[in-house]
Amino acid sequence: MSTETLSPSTEPSRWSKILNSNLGYSFRRNPVAMVSMIIFLLIAGAAILSPLIAPYDPYDPAQIDIMNSEYPPVWIDGALPQFVFGTDDQGRDLWSTILYGTRLSLLIGVCAVALQAFLGISIGLIAGYIGGRLDNLLMRMADIQLSFSTLMVAIIFLAVTQAMFGSEMFNRYAVFFLIAVIGVAEWPQYARTVRATVLAEKKKEYVDSARVLGFGPGRIMVRHILPNSLSPIFVISTVQVANAIISEASLSFLGLGMPPSQPSLGSLISSGFDYIFSGSWWITVIPGVVLVVLVLVINLLGDWMRDVLNPKLYKG
Amino acid sequence: MKDMNVPPSPLVEINALEKQFDLDQGWLETIKFRNGRLVRETRAVHAVNNVTLDVNKGEALCVVGESGCGKSTVARLVAGLLTPTSGEIHYDGRRIDDLSRAEMQPLRNKIQMIFQNPYASLNPRMTILQALEEPVRHHNPAYSAAEVRDKVTEVMMSVGVDPSWAKRYPHEFSGGQRQRIAVARALTVDPEFVIADEPISALDVSIQAQVLNLMLEAKESRGLTYLFITHDLSVVEHFGTRVAVLYLGSVCEVAETATLFSNPKHPYTRALLSAVPQLKDDRPNHIRLKGEIPTPINLPPGCPFQSRCAFANNRCSAEKPKTVQQPDGSVVACHAVEEGRLEDG
Amino acid sequence: MSLLSVRDLTVKFAMRDETVTALNGISFDVAKGERLGIVGESGAGKSITGFSLMNLISRPGYVDRGEILLDGEDVVKMSDKRLRELRGDKMSMIFQDPMVTLNPVLTIGQQMVETLLAHRKLSREEARQISIVKLREVYIPSPEERLDQYPHELSGGMRQRIIIAIALLLDPQLIIADEPTTALDVTIQADIMELLLELCQSNKVGLILITHDLGVVSQMTERTLVMYAGRIIEAGRTREIINDPQHPYTQGLINALPQQTLPGHKLRQIPGNMPSLTNIPPGCPFNPRCEFATDLCRTHIPEIARYGDVEVACHEVARLQAGGDRQEQSA
Repeated sequence: MSTETLSPSTEPSRWSKILNSNLGYSFRRNPVAMVSMIIFLLIAGAAILSPLIAPYDPYDPAQIDIMNSEYPPVWIDGALPQFVFGTDDQGRDLWSTILYGTRLSLLIGVCAVALQAFLGISIGLIAGYIGGRLDNLLMRMADIQLSFSTLMVAIIFLAVTQAMFGSEMFNRYAVFFLIAVIGVAEWPQYARTVRATVLAEKKKEYVDSARVLGFGPGRIMVRHILPNSLSPIFVISTVQVANAIISEASLSFLGLGMPPSQPSLGSLISSGFDYIFSGSWWITVIPGVVLVVLVLVINLLGDWMRDVLNPKLYKG
Repeated sequence: MKDMNVPPSPLVEINALEKQFDLDQGWLETIKFRNGRLVRETRAVHAVNNVTLDVNKGEALCVVGESGCGKSTVARLVAGLLTPTSGEIHYDGRRIDDLSRAEMQPLRNKIQMIFQNPYASLNPRMTILQALEEPVRHHNPAYSAAEVRDKVTEVMMSVGVDPSWAKRYPHEFSGGQRQRIAVARALTVDPEFVIADEPISALDVSIQAQVLNLMLEAKESRGLTYLFITHDLSVVEHFGTRVAVLYLGSVCEVAETATLFSNPKHPYTRALLSAVPQLKDDRPNHIRLKGEIPTPINLPPGCPFQSRCAFANNRCSAEKPKTVQQPDGSVVACHAVEEGRLEDG
Repeated sequence: MSLLSVRDLTVKFAMRDETVTALNGISFDVAKGERLGIVGESGAGKSITGFSLMNLISRPGYVDRGEILLDGEDVVKMSDKRLRELRGDKMSMIFQDPMVTLNPVLTIGQQMVETLLAHRKLSREEARQISIVKLREVYIPSPEERLDQYPHELSGGMRQRIIIAIALLLDPQLIIADEPTTALDVTIQADIMELLLELCQSNKVGLILITHDLGVVSQMTERTLVMYAGRIIEAGRTREIINDPQHPYTQGLINALPQQTLPGHKLRQIPGNMPSLTNIPPGCPFNPRCEFATDLCRTHIPEIARYGDVEVACHEVARLQAGGDRQEQSA
């Protein structure tokens, strides 16, 4: 070939910069996304660092005094200055308990979504790529799964396990049970999204090209199709984390989730609910506000990400 | 139906190839209500009908035809991306259309394909280097990292892509450059036979010439054999050793390129040639075809071209013409040519 | 006076970080009933030219300066109401893809009748009759039945005929056809082109044919503009340009065609690519790909000027025309 000059457009290492600047640019232009991100980072950071930040350790019985129960927050008369948000019915510092509880809620949300994603992406890839009867079978399974509501499945599963293992055993492993049940109940969301993307990507010529080069189906799925299906996966992941946190809170509220001794946001709200009419509204309301804000900012970030990563608007 | 004056050595033999695509997705859709009764009927697109072709070693066989004539389907069948409904494909004397993926593996570095759309045929999430190294590694697991790099550099140089750009992603290149990279990727495994499905039709005129030159050069330096699918007859005239004209999934005419352009025989070939706008024309100047192209779903019996042919008669609508060898070596499927009706008609 | 007169038209696109000039000071005229071809590769600005003539450029694009005079009226400064009256009536446009130009949920008849009623005071029945006449003009068999059909029931060639019939519905004086046959097969393309030519000639309609296909331009048009990177680089009578191109790019474009080389020989390719609009080189935009480029070409943009029978934007054209020493590189 004649050594001709093909006009270079940019320097080699620019790709990451371009991608970053694309996301980054729209991020800088979007005040809602920026505020949401800041709030989310504050909540998440505080939750992760809760052992360092929290003045008390709600897991340490030595630091809990039942005599301190139901003190109001500091801005209300009759408060103790060391309990900023007041105390709950067991005399735990509410601020510390919320920090630990948020950490637990986030942990359960993220792990449950990781499990959903693993199941859903594998099943969606296989169903979309192999197609035919297997696709039909897997997607009908997904339809059946979706026709049960997540809460219903979770309630039955958790109630049965609680009865089987007894409440002490259940309480010890409640985190794992919750992750498992929320993770398994919602895989069809991922499977459907991934399958739809795979069906679209499968028609593209780079997949044919890989087949002509003799690559096996596993390699084509993981190395070629999956990296091109990531944008929708990111988008639903944010929404799913928010959903999983809500599911966990709902289950805990119903008494099927975290026990009061290891409070998550949901079980805190639940335990405070009994005292709401006796005037101690803060035990329920403050964790409730944290939950709502957390879920709201995650959803707002998800919306922003969907707009940016929308494959119709964003051409890679 | 085999060619009589047997050419030196056919590398690829396509024998009575047929491909139908079912239109009904699943069993329930095939149930229809007709005349008060439930009947089961399946509808299929007859994309390729009884196509027999040979590709000789070292030649470029061009397959031309208009959209929907089945030329891309032929390419995909030969490449093993589709399985034929019936018929056989032989490569170097060995039947390949019924091989499993594992059995096909040793042939995968001999048969390669270049696709139409350079914007879709490269994985957008892989750098050029990754895209080029992957097939080398896959087919030569014993290669050291240095050998892989040498091979990739050699191929990149040979297609005129600067190896220093290897770390870039496809979207940073223009269409012509991407198509060069796609050609390079096919060449990394040192193929003997390359199927090119409209490789230049998505490119600009000045870039088409670049890619066409590249492919011609690769043919000479690497001794490649091409199956070249295109709708552009001026490219065929330039590139092809022989030409096969397809209409609605059937072969109309197969001839040496020079013979076909100087003396087209099938009425469809003639119309097609006259329709190409020429620089010397100062007004449209072509054989007008009547009627519309029938759908390939329910093909009429007889010659597929009869509805648009000025020479069609009763025989044409009843009996499908067989391919017949002409004195000058071309093969034509037309009753009118066979009966000599064209010259006085 | 010419029917259409474009003067110094400059269209820009406000991108994220910069403003990109898509059309750079374009000037040309179309006389009544004249057929003009605009040739160029993708990115040359030929489609944007077509869109700006109809004032269809929308954000982030805008007309930066220049005027488009249609019968003395400036399209750029026109009110939306006047524009709506004008579009379809005085000039109309045929787009590239017949599959998406027609509204899929309306019948052919509804689309034609609506167009007529929007511009003329007619009864529905009169509008229908006119539609039938127009469909007959484009050789649609049994037009009465076609009026009640939906676009998806018709083939691509048939749809493009109907689009032409709609474009001619109000007897416009100018038709802008943007790659009208690129999506169609060659045999259909030939039919459509012949039809378009016949209609333009018999109705004395001006035609601006935007295409990348030099063969089509040669068959269809009287005059041709060659565009490169948002500028007109050569303009003149089509025959002159095809037979004796002056600009090195036009020469390269014609020489690169497979017909211009003996079969099996290497094609005469133009090296490199068309620059992207964000990255146009200084001086003559063609200079990095041009074998005749000098230092002047690398620093100064050539103005379009008359050389013999054609207008060319090239510093070296005089020297090339003189057949001077082509190898010499002036320092």
